[in-house]
Amino acid sequence: MSQLLGIPPQALFGQLLLGLINGSFYALLSLGLAVIFGMLNVVNMAHGALYMVGAFVAWLLLSHAGIGYWGALVLAPLVVGAVGLVLERTMLRRLYKVDHLYGLLLTFGLALIFEGAFRHQYGVSGQPYPIPDLLKGGTNLGFMYLPTYRGWVVAASLLVCLGTWFAIERTKLGAYLRAATENPTLVQAFGINVPVMVSLTYGFGVALAGLAGVLAAPIYQVSPLMGSNLIIVVFAVVVIGGMGSILGAIVTGLGLGLLEGLTKVFYPEASNIVVFVIMAVVLMVKPAGLFGRER
Amino acid sequence: MPDGAMTKTAHTGTAMLEIADLHGYYGESHVLHGVSLEVRQGEVVTLLGRNGAGKTSTMRAIMGIMGKRTGSIRFQGTELIGMAQHRIPRLGIGYVPEERGIFSSLSVDENLTLPPVVKDGGMTVPQIHDLFPNLKGRGSTQGTRLSGGEQQMLAIARILRTGATLILLDEPTEGLAPVIIEQIGVAVRALKARGFTIVLVEQNFRFAATIADRHYVMEEGHVVDMIPNDQLDANMDKLHTYLGV
Repeated sequence: MSQLLGIPPQALFGQLLLGLINGSFYALLSLGLAVIFGMLNVVNMAHGALYMVGAFVAWLLLSHAGIGYWGALVLAPLVVGAVGLVLERTMLRRLYKVDHLYGLLLTFGLALIFEGAFRHQYGVSGQPYPIPDLLKGGTNLGFMYLPTYRGWVVAASLLVCLGTWFAIERTKLGAYLRAATENPTLVQAFGINVPVMVSLTYGFGVALAGLAGVLAAPIYQVSPLMGSNLIIVVFAVVVIGGMGSILGAIVTGLGLGLLEGLTKVFYPEASNIVVFVIMAVVLMVKPAGLFGRER
Repeated sequence: MPDGAMTKTAHTGTAMLEIADLHGYYGESHVLHGVSLEVRQGEVVTLLGRNGAGKTSTMRAIMGIMGKRTGSIRFQGTELIGMAQHRIPRLGIGYVPEERGIFSSLSVDENLTLPPVVKDGGMTVPQIHDLFPNLKGRGSTQGTRLSGGEQQMLAIARILRTGATLILLDEPTEGLAPVIIEQIGVAVRALKARGFTIVLVEQNFRFAATIADRHYVMEEGHVVDMIPNDQLDANMDKLHTYLGV
């Protein structure tokens, strides 16, 4: 603790940037989880695996089809979204009438299958994915060095998060989504095809995970286990933010990323558990989460 | 399906809604036992009966919000049983549920404009505000922050935009103060004057008597009697027995 004031600014800002990047991924992933949970009442345990699939699709597009980063940024989320649509239509749909725990179990099983299949095919050692030429290099900000790609990741995920928030909270389509989250039967009785909306919501939620996977590919390596490493923290983020809260997912994701970074500077031993400590405290003080509404 | 219950009504207007021998189930429980009734274009018809008689279930059966239905529900000649749930309102049927169903995550304006317009000829928002002045200027208020009466007005108002020609109103006066009930009555009469066809579930038959053309009395999941409004006084004793008031 004697180092408290002796931290060089380079180290402090370096860790804060790292925290901000982790936070960006937390935000993107927990946002998708929140959207899915709000509408389907399913805790999507396959979210991390689909994030990994997104990264692999990008890597496969590059190594087999020669399609680079920018193409993958569009195609991989579409592929993952389509996988999500198929999963929802063929499997998840059958579970809406039984306990929500079955949805959790099913998606957990799916996550294991996805990870197992990719592990079998590609092994556990990561595959490198190059940073696109346009985003190579960095800028010296004076107090720290900012690699361009990392700045891009933070900006891109913020943009996607805010765009999603806007679409849900401020548009007509979002009004349908919010209404159907509250009372699907009544929304259906107004003439809206709620089952199709549910499928598209799941597809969109997991497409966000796929997008996060592409963004992550050049930073972390593309590996079958990259999702399971991240997803536990992301679930903690969702619980802290409040299950199903869109704004909660975004703010908490970024905030906890930063907090984790700070912990690494001041008390590294606690950095792996700080999120869970906060989760425990939040659950004791405000069981519905920071932004959640009591049901 | 054989049906004798409908022969007692004189067929003056065109039948808009014809229900014949309707049985309905929630899971294992059989809640509707052969409901038969008919609503003609431009009529206001009430369903009277004690709690659990099947009034709300009949409305939910019409909207397809029920596990299993047999028999026949025809709207302007189209059979509704077997139709996908979200297609039923698109034929021009508006549903105002008993619990009003105002969305708390939506503003008053969002609640008002949520149901999609399904037919031409719906009321415009200014027309709706003329009918329910309480809703004017409240657009950005959270839907559930309105008073109970205002929420009821909003629940009716949002259906009027859609161009629906048949409106199912489930207990619009429940839990409201007499002065608000009076306002709802004025609005329902205005809707009738505009040519809407209305099916009204009511416990409060004094309210019902001020607006309805005919009353169907339900007991244990089916229609046991039909009383035209002008014969209501003559049938008061019978009605009291039915309703247990």
